[in-house]
Amino acid sequence: MWLIRYFDEKVDEMFAKGLIHGTTHLCVGQEATPVAACTALMKQDKITSTHRGHGHCIAKGADVAKMMAELMGRTTGYCKGKGGSMHIADLEGGNLGANGIVGGGLPIAVGAALTSKMLKENYVVLCFFGDGASNEGSFHEALNMAAIWDLPVVFFCENNQYGMSGSVKDMFRIENIADRSQAYGMPGHVVDGNDLQEVYDVVQAAVERARRGEGPSLIEAKTYRWKGHSKSDGRKYRTREEEAEWKAKDPIARFGQRLIDEGLATQHRLDELRKKALEEVEQAVVFAEKSPFPTIEMLEEDVYAL
Amino acid sequence: MREITYQEAVREAMSQVMREDDRVFILGEDIGVYGGAFGVTRGMIEEFGPERVRNTPIAEAGIAGAAIGAALTGMRPIMELQFSDFVTIAMDQLVNQAAKICYMYGGKAAVPLVVRAPAGSGTGAAAQHSQSLEAWLAHVPGLKVVQPSNAYDAKGLLKSAIDDNNPVIFYEHKLLYSTKADVPEELYSIPLGKADIKRSGTDVTLVATSIMVQKSLAAAEILAKDGISVEVIDPRTLVPLDIKTIVDSVKRTGRFAVVYEAVKRGGYGAEIASLVAESEAFDFLDAPIVRLGGKEVPIPQNPELERNAVPQVEDIVEAIRNIMRKA
Ligand SMILES: Cc1ncc(C[n+]2csc(CCOP(=O)(O)OP(=O)(O)O)c2C)c(N)n1
Repeated sequence: MWLIRYFDEKVDEMFAKGLIHGTTHLCVGQEATPVAACTALMKQDKITSTHRGHGHCIAKGADVAKMMAELMGRTTGYCKGKGGSMHIADLEGGNLGANGIVGGGLPIAVGAALTSKMLKENYVVLCFFGDGASNEGSFHEALNMAAIWDLPVVFFCENNQYGMSGSVKDMFRIENIADRSQAYGMPGHVVDGNDLQEVYDVVQAAVERARRGEGPSLIEAKTYRWKGHSKSDGRKYRTREEEAEWKAKDPIARFGQRLIDEGLATQHRLDELRKKALEEVEQAVVFAEKSPFPTIEMLEEDVYAL
Repeated sequence: MREITYQEAVREAMSQVMREDDRVFILGEDIGVYGGAFGVTRGMIEEFGPERVRNTPIAEAGIAGAAIGAALTGMRPIMELQFSDFVTIAMDQLVNQAAKICYMYGGKAAVPLVVRAPAGSGTGAAAQHSQSLEAWLAHVPGLKVVQPSNAYDAKGLLKSAIDDNNPVIFYEHKLLYSTKADVPEELYSIPLGKADIKRSGTDVTLVATSIMVQKSLAAAEILAKDGISVEVIDPRTLVPLDIKTIVDSVKRTGRFAVVYEAVKRGGYGAEIASLVAESEAFDFLDAPIVRLGGKEVPIPQNPELERNAVPQVEDIVEAIRNIMRKA
């Protein structure tokens, strides 16, 4: 969780300084969801991710140096600097890719799960998406298809309360997005997305169910993004009080406190881990800065696969 | 050799490839027991079962996305769009996902997907079931676009499309389904990006796509009686496009026309015409380049109006005669 937080805070800082080009969507404040969900997966399992994908990527085991290089447009990045923040993929690590199209990854997750079933590969696909995405047609088409074919997918909605400026209060007439699972004949669960253990337990059960061939589930994790939607967002659509309320529910602090309370870790040990994460991010920047930019010849490469 | 229909040729190519490669499967609406809207997959579910001849819900974006996800993870799906018109509903997945995944991910991912799409007018199905939208897809880098004009080409090109590691949009003209040609029983490939000279000629080069190839050959037959020798070239694939065969021909004949069923405005024929104009063949031209395309209207239901909405044999004959007069 610290690695995700420091990575995204660093990205924020570098973006402000003009060291990163394009756009970024930070997941500061919602670190528990990717970490808990990906911890419930095995290495061979796959994820599909979103425009706000740094956390998913890191939690699925990506190398932050290669991620930073990608954001800085270098050839050593995951996509040789051609994808940037919204298109990081790490197929070997089971990350089928971030996505710039809201809801775009849902049917793709269904197809990947279809492969698992048809080739009997026994992997599960965990599909990350936002509350906003669940109002796209692709959400409904994907859930229905996964349900009728009993596919090993876990649909995981990170409900961070906003789709850009659109509040879930304005965009839904239902309290819980997970209730939509009923319409497709699959189990639905609502969890506290800032509670790592709770998210883990529920995802773990859904993953096991999928692995047993019993089909998909829909999980909704209620959480919050601390920062704006992307760059240059004045956050006029919400109050500073609301932000403060959610910051008090910081998932990292909460989980740390719990480890200490239960005698599973000391403050000293947690500080060590935190420092290690910070160092890893600093080293990632050094690696990225030292890496070459693509040559113009590379512009026309990779349009078609060989 | 034996004669089979275009529809049988498409089915035979799919079946033969599926016997060889377990990763190939078909998905689409009503393709199972029903056999697909045009009967192309008829009988396939009996041989391959419902896993590999997979009926889907009516959800074009979902089907396309699922096909992409399967392709990305090691399968080689063939997706059947019931009518090519519904590509508009699958457009996000095809244009924003399938076409770009390889590039966005720095060449580290491939989407070996075939989208079969019955296209074209002539069935009276009117404006939402009769379009030729190939230019939309040919515009997008990352997609390949194929338009077989006869049963022989359909079988060989489909084999290549399935073998290709990229998303390939495979247009089948509905009126061609029942047309017959000599087709070898064994599986064979016709490379993507290789035009075919369907008839040699010396006076004018006529490039035609899809069903317009048949119409152009009929027109060439009529014109031959007047002593006009027409060379008919079928590019077979719009992307990749074999412009060299076309340019070489124009250099020999000195005259050039292109005919396609899609709406003339912004159609792919304009692209081919521009490429010829930009090429070394320009200096050999003895007459202005001519484009024949569909009228700028949605396809109407009324058969007489429908016939007039797209180029017919007599339109091609007239256009070629005009070119010859100008020379
Ligand atoms: C199809 C589509 N529509 C709109 C956008 C612009 N857009 C990007 S992110 C976003 C909000 C998405 O909200 P949500 O799914 O809740 O994810 P979050 O940003 O909250 O993580 C919007 C509207 C887009 N990228 N794709």
